[in-house]
Amino acid sequence: MTAPAVPVTVVQTVARGRRRRAARRRLVMATLAALVAAGFAVTLMAGHTFYPPGEVVRVVLGEQVPGASFTVGRLRLPRAVLAVTAGFAFGLGGVTFQTMLRNPLASPDIIGISSGASAAAAIAIVSLSLGGTQVSVLAIAAALSVALLMYTLAFRDGVAGTRLILIGIGISAMLDSVTSYVLSRAAEWDLQEAMRWLTGSLNGTTWAQALPALVAVAVLTPVLLSLARDLAALRLGDDTAAALGVRTERSRLAVIVAAVGLIAFATAAAGPIAFVAFLSGPIAARLVGVGGSLLLPAGLVGALLVLAADFTGQFAFDTRYPVGVVTGVLGAPYLVYLIVRTHRAGGSL
Amino acid sequence: MTTSHTLAAEGLTLGYGDLAVIDSLDLTVPPGEITVIVGANACGKSTLLRSLSRLLTPRAGRVVLDGREVHRTPAKELARTLGVLPQSPVAPEGITVLDLVCRGRHPHQGIFSRWNGRDDAAVAEALEATRTTDLADRAVDELSGGQRQRVWIAMALAQRTDLLLLDEPTTFLDASHQIEILDLLTDLNRTRGTTIVMVLHDLNLAARYADHLIALADGRVHSSGTPTEVLTEDTVRTVFDLDNRIIEDPLTGRPLMLPIGRHHIRTPNH
Repeated sequence: MTAPAVPVTVVQTVARGRRRRAARRRLVMATLAALVAAGFAVTLMAGHTFYPPGEVVRVVLGEQVPGASFTVGRLRLPRAVLAVTAGFAFGLGGVTFQTMLRNPLASPDIIGISSGASAAAAIAIVSLSLGGTQVSVLAIAAALSVALLMYTLAFRDGVAGTRLILIGIGISAMLDSVTSYVLSRAAEWDLQEAMRWLTGSLNGTTWAQALPALVAVAVLTPVLLSLARDLAALRLGDDTAAALGVRTERSRLAVIVAAVGLIAFATAAAGPIAFVAFLSGPIAARLVGVGGSLLLPAGLVGALLVLAADFTGQFAFDTRYPVGVVTGVLGAPYLVYLIVRTHRAGGSL
Repeated sequence: MTTSHTLAAEGLTLGYGDLAVIDSLDLTVPPGEITVIVGANACGKSTLLRSLSRLLTPRAGRVVLDGREVHRTPAKELARTLGVLPQSPVAPEGITVLDLVCRGRHPHQGIFSRWNGRDDAAVAEALEATRTTDLADRAVDELSGGQRQRVWIAMALAQRTDLLLLDEPTTFLDASHQIEILDLLTDLNRTRGTTIVMVLHDLNLAARYADHLIALADGRVHSSGTPTEVLTEDTVRTVFDLDNRIIEDPLTGRPLMLPIGRHHIRTPNH
């Protein structure tokens, strides 16, 4: 009754395969992190007035530099910080949902969670004239309510079927119309503010907007990372995950709350930046492969997407476009592609 | 490897919603043997297996592993002793065989414990035992049904549990792959002493591969024992509502069930 001996070469093959994957992951993540850092630096330096790196560093360190202190310190820095934070939050929150529901279409910006946060934030700011923390709290409450509604309406056996996505798209459309209504009724509504809640925008970002999102990312990222392994097991189906010793209901609840929190805080600050949550996961999967956890890579991809899209929207055209318009142009074709591909594979959605 | 684990159900009552499926059932799984559960469609075989493996909480009664109630045992701790292969599990799109089999190590890892040589060894052994080493870098979704089932079994093996529960491991497989999977499980039982409990549809395969056969009917154990004791013409008639004849399998000496349908019978029977 002894186990048959396993050739050492096989053990080595396993170890080598695993290490190769880990190395690729590290390389991709390091590259992404470097690109995010570079994009962040460019956002601070470049614009209608160029400030050399030396001046930018002095401003960031808190020195008073004539001109640069205002432009870099008050305008560009909060904007760049929010771009990275919101992008990271959308990417991480999005891939969490896509992984947990095993469907790239089950992203929070498709199934109404971002729309819920956005509608609540629009009501809070435009109709109720609230600010800061109150807006975030309302956005989170709304996003969690939408998540709960989705859960009770469409979530069976942990599998995201056509039902969940269709119901989500319906809820999303309803909430978007609420947002439009609120914006159209508001006495002093301006185009900038409206764009923020409809497609997402970083225009006129202040520290008061950027900081809550930054804190949320700092707190919720470790929470999600600690759940990464459970999330990986949940991808195999509830029964298999339970067989591997995952307490499925508890893990899923924790994952949902953390991911919804990320999405809601980011949306309360920057609006529902179109398709970032939806795009980041699949891009990250293409880069690192589907074996390992996609959480961090997707967060980095999200940050990079928002940085690049915002820079493009500001400076690439004659008119300034909000970041959400640019990401929307990128994301919509991919959505169409995904639906066409699922149809060809014989799926109903 | 020790195989002294005892798994038993005591007064187990199971159901979904208003529907009661299993009604105060008692059974003991003989350690170190292959137990096969058979029964008609919708008789509660899978439900019973799900409950034995903690996937379904009983309405009444309990499942006991080594004197401890499984539904009160910490999930990870249980997953180191008892492995389960659910019916038709889903592989994430594009995942490789190696990555999937590595998932079997989940219950052996904590948040801070790193992957180590023992994990590599367990995965390598699982790949070898299921002859999937050569498939390690292939994507699971591009494999044939038989290969895929071997990969899932490899994942369960990487878990290194002394007990393994499988829900219809041979469904959707052709004859040769059914035999291949059942031979593989028998090897596992013989070489490592793994206690195996599985649900099978095919009565004749069940009789051939079981050390201990359990026939379920109407949410209760109709009969249990060696295949010769259990697979009788009466049992098949009661449990499956099927007229039949039992002969001795010329290859194994075990019972072989021949169904009597309404057609093609050469001489009038009975």
